[in-house]
Amino acid sequence: MKRRFFIEKATLASMSTVLGAELVFGAKMPEGYTPLALQDPNPFELFSLDNRMSVLNNKPWNIEAKAHLLNDKVTPNKYMFIRNNGIIPEKIDVTSWTLTIDGESVKKQKTYTLAELKSKFKQHTYQLTLECGGNGRSEFDPPAKGNQWTIGAVSCANWTGVRLRDVLEDAGIKSDAVYVGYHAADVHLSRNPQKEPISRGAPMAKALQDETLLAFQMNGEDIPVAHGYPLRLVAGGWPASVSGKWIKRISIRNKEHDGAKMGGSSYRVPCKPVAAGEKVAEEDMCIIESMPVKSLITYPMSGAILKKGKPLSINGHAWAGELEVSKMEYSIDFGATWKNCSLEKPVNRLAWQHFAAVIDFPKEGYYEVWARATDTNGKAQPMLVPGWNPKGYLNNACHRIAVKVV
Amino acid sequence: MSKREHSKESRKTFRVLIILSAIIVVAAIGSIYFLQPETTLVEVEPKTNDADAIVNGVHVGTGFIDAPGMQETINNCTNCHSAQLVIQNRMNADRWKATIRWMQETQNLWDLGPNEDVIINYLVKNYPPSSKGRREGLTNIVWYELKD
Repeated sequence: MKRRFFIEKATLASMSTVLGAELVFGAKMPEGYTPLALQDPNPFELFSLDNRMSVLNNKPWNIEAKAHLLNDKVTPNKYMFIRNNGIIPEKIDVTSWTLTIDGESVKKQKTYTLAELKSKFKQHTYQLTLECGGNGRSEFDPPAKGNQWTIGAVSCANWTGVRLRDVLEDAGIKSDAVYVGYHAADVHLSRNPQKEPISRGAPMAKALQDETLLAFQMNGEDIPVAHGYPLRLVAGGWPASVSGKWIKRISIRNKEHDGAKMGGSSYRVPCKPVAAGEKVAEEDMCIIESMPVKSLITYPMSGAILKKGKPLSINGHAWAGELEVSKMEYSIDFGATWKNCSLEKPVNRLAWQHFAAVIDFPKEGYYEVWARATDTNGKAQPMLVPGWNPKGYLNNACHRIAVKVV
Repeated sequence: MSKREHSKESRKTFRVLIILSAIIVVAAIGSIYFLQPETTLVEVEPKTNDADAIVNGVHVGTGFIDAPGMQETINNCTNCHSAQLVIQNRMNADRWKATIRWMQETQNLWDLGPNEDVIINYLVKNYPPSSKGRREGLTNIVWYELKD
């Protein structure tokens, strides 16, 4: 398997980010030469990841975190899940990179260089929760098709960029605009240049939100290549596939966007609930918009043994798609009784919230600590795996950890 | 001493010098060789990075279970995506067939001809779905003492 990364000199800094080290004499690197580390498909080196991350798939790259790796309030790159539908762009030239706004409902098609985007529009930074629509897929029965994510396909990083709204309005939005759809520089797995691996988007209302960004920085640095360098659409709270990477073009559509993975069963669930394993006709599948309420216990790691009489401090994060989490609880008796956790407000809309609790165990033995978040509409996480769907999306069942008191 | 005698003498001296230095070189190489600590033989693992090898019933290059239909599956199902994507999935014959149709419609997969049944049979037999129920218990818990 040969993976070629031809990256221009201009992106040496970003390549260094991929490598996690400065490329000494990088400028003297012969043209067309690929540093050894980029030839070696060791994902931990390639993407600067902690080696406890789980690789689900190496073509395309799909890698997830574990609950205890996500303990940071702001997710660093090394613990951030990677979900790709195609092949990461092999040639990224930031000096010639442009973004075009087009589509049936654009008043005037416009093209911007990266420098123009950065100088022409005001920049904003938000912490935004990105969760793969299929996070938790591995729990569905019968098994659902796709990468078998467990719980680690979620992150909340700081994203810096310009508002998509400001750019769309600069080009002009016609009154019949319905949807935006993105087009990106990644390569279809079949390497057919006519095909796009993924081209999704969002209704105008989501596109025009303050927090919907065209980002060029993640956690204060250039976005890592695997996360969309040099330009990524970031729409927090929705399936992360809406947040297209390596963005080249955004179309303002006068109808629902019809790009790759907008139709069929991709990022769609049955409009009406179905029995597990039931066949669902394409016209009965509806696009996922906001992600459901969910939470993760990120400390301690499952499997903790503690001495009798010693209280256990737990903490974690909770998020609720477009909404906020209004209540956070835990149970050590499989849901018979629930106790409240302390819960922080989000630093901004669409950022995950942090919770904590101190637990006293009544006697020695095996326990499970279950966590349950409730959103501002009063909807809570189920303890069981929620409604089956053909592609196994939206599993927001309670997370739990095992604890032994001795 | 005549000139000729002189040159004869110097040639003799040169010969002696050459022989002497040759002896020194040989002695030096010999001393390096003999004074070296004894070479120990290290057992080398049998070469398992041969991608086509089968180790413990598993194909090294892909991770596929070695069984009838494996080669057809490798040939047709690992050109665009990894074998890991196949192995993660557990489907019955109908759903594999539907997945193949989806790949043919949207992902440039070719007509598999008679290999389609061979591949589906291989997958269903070697990677059968198991019933998980509404929620599985926690498994593979790694216990550790919690320090604060």
